[in-house]
Amino acid sequence: MWLWFHKFASPPHAYRLLGTLAPWFGWPALATILLATWWGLVKAPADYQQGDAFRILYVHAPSAWMSMFIYVVMAIAAAVGLIWRIKLAHAAAAAAAPIGASFTFLALATGSIWGKPMWGTWWVWDARLTSELILLFLYLGYMALRSSFDDPQRADRASAVLAIVGVINVPIIHYSVEWWTTLHQPASVTKIDKPSIAIAMLYPLFIMILGFQLYFGWAISRRLRGEILRRERNASWLKEGR
Amino acid sequence: MRRAATTAAANLVFRRDLTLAWRRWDEVAQPLIFYVVVTTLFPLATTPDLSQLRVISGGVVWVAALLASLLALESLFRSDVEDGTMEQWVLSGQPLGWLLLAKVASHWVLTGLPLVIMSPVVGTALGLPFDAWGALVASLLLGTATLSILGGIGAALTVGVRRGSVLLSLLVLPLAMPLLIFGSRAVGMAMDGESPAGPLQLLAAIFFLTLSLGPLAMSAAIRISVEN
Repeated sequence: MWLWFHKFASPPHAYRLLGTLAPWFGWPALATILLATWWGLVKAPADYQQGDAFRILYVHAPSAWMSMFIYVVMAIAAAVGLIWRIKLAHAAAAAAAPIGASFTFLALATGSIWGKPMWGTWWVWDARLTSELILLFLYLGYMALRSSFDDPQRADRASAVLAIVGVINVPIIHYSVEWWTTLHQPASVTKIDKPSIAIAMLYPLFIMILGFQLYFGWAISRRLRGEILRRERNASWLKEGR
Repeated sequence: MRRAATTAAANLVFRRDLTLAWRRWDEVAQPLIFYVVVTTLFPLATTPDLSQLRVISGGVVWVAALLASLLALESLFRSDVEDGTMEQWVLSGQPLGWLLLAKVASHWVLTGLPLVIMSPVVGTALGLPFDAWGALVASLLLGTATLSILGGIGAALTVGVRRGSVLLSLLVLPLAMPLLIFGSRAVGMAMDGESPAGPLQLLAAIFFLTLSLGPLAMSAAIRISVEN
């Protein structure tokens, strides 16, 4: 098994494998996202309270979910890289960070747009939005630390420590922010994401999450290939052609 | 035997840093002055009315204390890494986490503790009632100690980086936000006449979590920084 693992983690093999995998993620991602968009925007019933405005949920909730998922993926990849000294894992963490930050930003932007008709303002210090904002700061700090080293190996290992410290802190931050908002305002704001959502509204949500997952698979395959090329630019296997 | 040697080494590190700081006490005073200056900015920027300032006083004291201790943290390991002391520590065979924890502890005694002692004075100037002094001091004791360890991790990661101070704040401030939430909430509850025990206990829980895991992260980060 270890032999297989080392073979997979070797840059030429990973580069080729990711190249073949990428379209298998990319086309299904496009299909599911289009299906979920059509289902969510056209077929799903309108909310009795919020009318059509709730439909931004189909972008907001999956991207918020992805933003946390990718942070965990990134931290696991960083830990694998740090413990077993696998460079490919570090490269995967580096490739995942900007995607995660983009999803976090998307969640913040859609949450803000959703807030305008619902709350009447562009920004409310709501628990979910605030912890998304702090998550964005964590991503930005991670990327800033990574880019401030000249030596890529040191950048890998230092940012891996930060990602692990961050992932331990994410639940603490999340619950402290939740505690903070419930003390300052009674839980009426969370009515918008009420858990008792109709089943007919849920199907497109799950499909959209699946689509975003597939998109993440596609994006990280592409980005990881780029990362491998950048790191191995002087290696002989690249000069020999594939 | 080995444990005794470790304690002795940690003790030596602690006393060495205190002695060094005593010889350059003006550097030690700078974060404290910064703290007082920042808290002065808030009445100037908002209103001199004490009854209005009182509402935000707990938060202002907490934010200023966070910024002041971060400012002091940036140079925590720098001189030791530059003159090779840190390499000797890594090679010494003593558990690096203990030595770094001793260093952070002495740093906290020099910067965190003065901030905590000064905070009732600063708070009073912002209209903080006498009843909230206890909560303010207790929350800042736990909060600055936790922040020293968190900042120690950040300082260990950024020790070899140019313009590390901005980066350090960028890394550590998001991690310190729970401290700010619980700390200023404890002060607020004490001002309203409620018992601040809940947030203080949460702060203590975060402190012990950081105390147990922080040295591991710090020593890993220092090893990465010293390695090449």
